[in-house]
Amino acid sequence: MHRDHPTDEFGAPRATAPTELSGGRRRALRIGLGGPVGSGKTATVAALCRALRAELSLAVVTNDIYTTEDAEFLLRHAVLPPERITAVETGCCPHTAIRDDISANLEAVEELEASVGPLDLVLLESGGDNLTATFSRGLVDAQIFVIDVAGGDKIPRKGGPGVSGSDLLVVNKTDLAPLVGADLAVMARDAKAQRGELPTLFCSLAEPDGVAPIAGWVREQLARWRAH
Amino acid sequence: MSGALLLLADGRFPAGGHAHSGGVEVAVRAGLVKDADSLAAFLTGRLHTTGLTAAGLAAAAADGFDPTGLDEAADARTPSPALRATSRRLGRQLLRAARACWPDPVLDGLAAAHPGGAHQSVVLGLAARAAGLAPAEAALAAAHESVNGPATACTRLLGLDPYQVVAVLARLAPELDTVADAATRAAAEAVRRQDAWPLPAASAPLLDLFAERHSAWKVRLFAS
Repeated sequence: MHRDHPTDEFGAPRATAPTELSGGRRRALRIGLGGPVGSGKTATVAALCRALRAELSLAVVTNDIYTTEDAEFLLRHAVLPPERITAVETGCCPHTAIRDDISANLEAVEELEASVGPLDLVLLESGGDNLTATFSRGLVDAQIFVIDVAGGDKIPRKGGPGVSGSDLLVVNKTDLAPLVGADLAVMARDAKAQRGELPTLFCSLAEPDGVAPIAGWVREQLARWRAH
Repeated sequence: MSGALLLLADGRFPAGGHAHSGGVEVAVRAGLVKDADSLAAFLTGRLHTTGLTAAGLAAAAADGFDPTGLDEAADARTPSPALRATSRRLGRQLLRAARACWPDPVLDGLAAAHPGGAHQSVVLGLAARAAGLAPAEAALAAAHESVNGPATACTRLLGLDPYQVVAVLARLAPELDTVADAATRAAAEAVRRQDAWPLPAASAPLLDLFAERHSAWKVRLFAS
């Protein structure tokens, strides 16, 4: 996202969430991860935690659809201590909780800041949803949209707010491309057409250090966040 | 009728209610609510118990009754620990939205005095007051909310015909007015005496039990 521009191309403010805590300290950078069911959002969050936890103070908020499955996955794999992971329940409407009524998620983020802070980075994972789900600018500072090659190589062409407007598009499971007949070149071309200058990363989280490009992008966001 | 009331009572007002079922998720699982008729019975019961109690607290808050005393009165009227926690959490979420809409030192003071959240019905009444609404309007908003949220949740849980559900709500509308009237009169009496005891204390023990059971569920669609 273009943090140096306070408004977007329509003149609307880019970041509406207050950026300072009551003590005057800058709050943690908040990054949202959205995308369809099964594309690898939780795996991305887990891999990011493992890659970044030694250098950053991290916390995670999950928005499961009807269980605490995602939070439990993160706990079971011990990517972070349990007190750094909070699950928000969304009443059958995961997109409402990250976009239209963000109050429960804001509460969760603020409680994490208060209980285990100071934090450098909070990752907010949306419940798996459809291609129109995006995070409110009042909740996150940047958002990653995670799709995968097995969901069909037409997804970038179909576009939608997540594919075309997210700050980072991740195309996961590239290792499966030959098996499902997905053409990565077509996906890259379509993503470019939808996204213009916004970045797209192709990765396979199943491979060792497959998350490295995403972790690098997150570090860049954090450097920009801290520079302002 | 006031524009601010419509805004405050709108189901899309971003105050966290969309993730709560008001006990209907347990009632559906128990087979007690299964169609439009049983939903109507559930909502009628909810309106005349927790709805009436919430409306009284909201009206008293809007009428200038001391919020701390009202918050204690709300605790006394909420025996279930799970429902207390839910009410305070929703109160905090509502306060966030209300302060954005109607900046008011009273709302700031409430947030400072109750960092863990004041009861939702008390916040609703103070939000209504900050919006320039009358106690009767605060009571009506509380009564409306006591049935509207669970009805929406039921549409999602059972896939009921939305026209049947909205017709149930329409048939309940006159009863909402009656409940809001009773709550407003009781609130005026409480304010006159400077004592919370005249406020309605109608309870629904089954909803209390449902809430406790629900909070222990592993798999659920709604937060309460």
